[in-house]
Amino acid sequence: MMGASGPGALVPFAGGTDLLVHWPGNLVAHERTYLDLSGVGELRPLRWTDSHLEIGALATYWDVVQDARCASELPLLVLAARTVGAIQIQTRGTWAGNIMNASPAADGVPALMAYDATVVLASVGSGGGVQREEVRLDEFYLGYKQMRRRPEQLIECIRVPRRAYAVSVFEKVGARRAQAITKVGAAIARSEEGWRVVANSVGPTVRRCRTVEKMLEDRSPVRSPEGFAPVLAKDVAAIDDIRSTAKYRERVLARVLYFALRGLAAGVV
Amino acid sequence: MRSDDGHMDVALTINGKPVSVRVPAMERLLDTLRYHLGLPGTKEGCGEGECGACTVWLDGLPVCSCLVPTFQCRGRDVKTIESIDPASLAPMLESGATQCGACTPGVVMTACWVREHPEILKTHTMRELLAGNLCRCTGYDGIVDGMTRMLDNSGGANGKYA
Amino acid sequence: MKRFEGLAKLTGAERYVDDLPADGGLGMGPMLWGMTVRSPASRGRVKEIKFGKSVDWKRFTVVDHRDLPGPNEVYLIARDQPVLAGTYVRHVHEAVLLIAGEDREQVRRAVAAVEVVIDREEPGLDYRAEPTADVVQFRGEYGDNIFKHLTINKGDVEAALRSAPIVVEGEYETGAQEHVYIECNGMIGWIDAAGVVCVKGSMQCPYYVLNALKHTFQRDEKGVRVIQTATGGGFGGKEDYPSVIGLHVALLAMKAKRPVKMIYDRGEDMQATTKRHPCHVRIRTGVDRDGHLLAQDISVRMDAGAYITLSPVVLSRGIIHAAGPYSCDHVRVDGKAVLTNSVPYGAFRGFGAPQTIFACERHMDVIAARLGLDPAQVRWVNLLRDGQTTSTGQVIRAHPPSKGTDRVALMERALELGKWGARKQEHAAFNSTSSRLRRGIGVATFWHGAGFTGSGETYLKSKVHIAGLPDGRVEVRIANTEMGQGTTTIMMQIAAERLGISVDDVLVAVPDTHIVPNSGPTVASRTAMVVGRLVERACDDLLVRRGMGLPAHVSGASPEAFAKNPTAGPNPSREIIGEAIYEPPPGIHWDDTTYQGDAYGTFGWGAYVAEVEVDLRTYATRVTDFVAVQEVGSVINPVLATGQVQGGVVQAIGWALMEECVWKDGAMANSQLTNYIIPTSDDVPPIRVEFFENPYPYGGKGSKGIGELPMDGPGPAIANAIADAMKDIGVEPNRLPITPERLMECVQRAEVAHAK
Repeated sequence: MMGASGPGALVPFAGGTDLLVHWPGNLVAHERTYLDLSGVGELRPLRWTDSHLEIGALATYWDVVQDARCASELPLLVLAARTVGAIQIQTRGTWAGNIMNASPAADGVPALMAYDATVVLASVGSGGGVQREEVRLDEFYLGYKQMRRRPEQLIECIRVPRRAYAVSVFEKVGARRAQAITKVGAAIARSEEGWRVVANSVGPTVRRCRTVEKMLEDRSPVRSPEGFAPVLAKDVAAIDDIRSTAKYRERVLARVLYFALRGLAAGVV
Repeated sequence: MRSDDGHMDVALTINGKPVSVRVPAMERLLDTLRYHLGLPGTKEGCGEGECGACTVWLDGLPVCSCLVPTFQCRGRDVKTIESIDPASLAPMLESGATQCGACTPGVVMTACWVREHPEILKTHTMRELLAGNLCRCTGYDGIVDGMTRMLDNSGGANGKYA
Repeated sequence: MKRFEGLAKLTGAERYVDDLPADGGLGMGPMLWGMTVRSPASRGRVKEIKFGKSVDWKRFTVVDHRDLPGPNEVYLIARDQPVLAGTYVRHVHEAVLLIAGEDREQVRRAVAAVEVVIDREEPGLDYRAEPTADVVQFRGEYGDNIFKHLTINKGDVEAALRSAPIVVEGEYETGAQEHVYIECNGMIGWIDAAGVVCVKGSMQCPYYVLNALKHTFQRDEKGVRVIQTATGGGFGGKEDYPSVIGLHVALLAMKAKRPVKMIYDRGEDMQATTKRHPCHVRIRTGVDRDGHLLAQDISVRMDAGAYITLSPVVLSRGIIHAAGPYSCDHVRVDGKAVLTNSVPYGAFRGFGAPQTIFACERHMDVIAARLGLDPAQVRWVNLLRDGQTTSTGQVIRAHPPSKGTDRVALMERALELGKWGARKQEHAAFNSTSSRLRRGIGVATFWHGAGFTGSGETYLKSKVHIAGLPDGRVEVRIANTEMGQGTTTIMMQIAAERLGISVDDVLVAVPDTHIVPNSGPTVASRTAMVVGRLVERACDDLLVRRGMGLPAHVSGASPEAFAKNPTAGPNPSREIIGEAIYEPPPGIHWDDTTYQGDAYGTFGWGAYVAEVEVDLRTYATRVTDFVAVQEVGSVINPVLATGQVQGGVVQAIGWALMEECVWKDGAMANSQLTNYIIPTSDDVPPIRVEFFENPYPYGGKGSKGIGELPMDGPGPAIANAIADAMKDIGVEPNRLPITPERLMECVQRAEVAHAK
């Protein structure tokens, strides 16, 4: 887990899979001071309670890939984890780090957000006791790399409610099948709480596509991928960058949603 | 832990032997192995966790040593290519799993990890497991064939994952 | 035989340049780290170089263009490229200063503290555009930036086009490709006790580096020395560029009076070193209704970048391959290489041929579609038969007659292995019911001229030595390098067989210019064929010098003097050298002025079939099956040869589908392996390889070239398969790489066309 803090502040990190990229040449980063969390063993495990899966701040993608219960009950997490880099990254990268790195292309975040996950932020209060604050992940990002988090707060765990899901779809479109940064992606879930459609790499943050969700709730008819295009225009704001184009991202997101939902969502035919 | 000159003393186990090194605070494990410990078998291909040439095992799991600060390995167990029994690699040699050799130590570390954990092949294909090791010479067939034969030899896969 | 150095590579015991101990094994104390200060601009005058105050400059050695002992020229075909830019820069990331110091991070900081101030001028970055006056390079010394213009003329193209019943036109384009050898470029330089300027490191061609050192340091070959270390991949990327790094480390070492090591990191390697030439090809073809080629009019334009490097020869190979392995009486190929302010392009596996072959082979399918014929049929009627001539008038002869192994047989076998007819039917049925996926199959039939073009080998006069050692073993002494392709192993096999001894008794010398003669560069798929043949002849020479007859399988007789062990000859106590110098095969004639004649001693031939699946949601293409059938003379080592083909095919799949250099103001913006995408194991299918053997009498153990051929066929076979898969939509994937973004644009163009 790591966070983008101002100069002078301690930068917490754990897996290092973002921090150490191009490390020797990243001279600016050498000037900062880092707080290593990797030794705090109690932050590591996955805990299943009656109502939640609690993902400790140091839990890696690989921890989730190896957890049979995740695969059966919360499959989006496993699907997402297996698309992150390759095994060498999955064994080091943490879910909390994925949240704190705040990349719009994060792969773990859409899966968590589609499951209505919350982030438990902990800090040491003035009296020395630990203070905790729980923030919904879909309200956590305020803008590009901007988070609802005070500098002294660290993620303690991520809480994922245990629900029965009728639909779980994870789509990642990268430039190759593995080891790719997402060009456009979506996590889709449906439970008794309703539809969740979360898209990544199509805006400054990973975000819920609330217009699409409403359409699905309303069973509005969609007969082709183009049917999603107008609503997506309200939910996403894709850009051109070195990995892809805005045009591609928007068109492909509509197509991915259409083909994923066709037959699963009433109205999408 | 951190001294005035920005260096740290780190005690860890490498290839089964306890080792103590004094390294710059955020030195990468890759550099410690290659430049401080005389273990240059582990290669650098990209320095960004993409090519896997620097793959080692950290507490029994494959990681990119270019993304691991050495100090995080204190008290932990590191295995490098130098720990691998050459005789066990005969199938890789016979199948043409290496050409230029620059990616090869990383490939071997992944392949041997799969050999030791054949149960992973119930959920993953070899090609998915190898995707973190970029090879520009072989086109991967020689590697996949060699890995398959190595697994057969070890009895891990009983030929059923070829 | 198993790869000789294979186990050392598998166990990590092989030592590449960056793996050497801190003193480089030289015993001269720890090496300094060297790094390069580069131009921030694509073109302009160097106004000022500012040295930041944060750095104690006394602790560093700094070299600029004034420190050169001789000409500021990288010795290659032309002398246009400076070793270090002086007053003017012609491309971004051009080397301006060199800095060496004790600590790598401190050197990085020093490099970051230098500011090169450029008075910027308008760069020419589009090679396709006719240059305006302000982007003409070198004050017009090379005309309108076109420094090389080559043409091939056969018959009367204009008349044949006028009388042709159908004329098919097409435009094709291919992008730059980065080599991505996994070991980045790196070198060590030092001055030895005798004052010799020495360089060792990762390279394909020690004598190229040697010539560059001789020229810039103004020394003869005793005053300079170049040694190759284990090389982690080259693909052409370590053909010309190591001369630049070699000069740089040597200059730093000379000034610092200490050994200096330079290891590029991945970003620098991708930004500053050469790539495959971008290429644009325009074709007009006259055909009859049966698909016979009546006339081929082909224009080729290549981006050379800011300096000439090897571009004239790349262009030459490109145009010679442009008309394809087809019989046609009227051919005109017009090729131009253009100077721009891009980072110079250089050698890359295939050397210009993959670009023009892509155009040719894609165009064959465009012709087939236009005529409503099967693409295989159009190829079948045109493929060169023995006795027919190429565009340069070279008569294709087989040695021996190639019945059953010729072009037609290769294609038929590839179609058979790829289940061409059955798959087409299955795909048609599948595609008509799937709204999400399209499947298709494509073929390419192609050729690759083996060894140097034209008179290249004759000029080169390569020489090899085989040393009979006092202990009874022999040592092969050649300048050709092992970089993954198997040179060491192959040479051991060739020498052992020729001498009738065990491979265990054959050593291969480290390529060190003080020890090995100049057997030419390790390029152009020439090593096994040309150098291997020289090794055989040097073996024969050794036997003769030892007073022994030739081995029975060579002489045809059974010389009683020949024993299993060549030490049986006289003078076993001293080293005896067998030598061979290149002689062209008989009957080969090439005219450099008319571009007519035998462009190559022989060709390798290939027929590849690719099957693809296109995802209509994402426009991503996956290669689902690949068949590679080729004739490369004799196969010396099946495992190595198969590996060459599989690796080349996968590198070409990358070029065809995903490898795109993203440029921003002349600089590579995606100079990271996370953004420059090459195939992983999970992106490619098993590559099914089959060889037809037809021994070439003038190649080592009957071999022809093999390394480059597999780079030529996959691009067009895949593009043709995509066009086949999406024929209901009507896409024309005529630009590589066919990234999903580009295929989406093809689909949108087709949709617009349908709507009209």
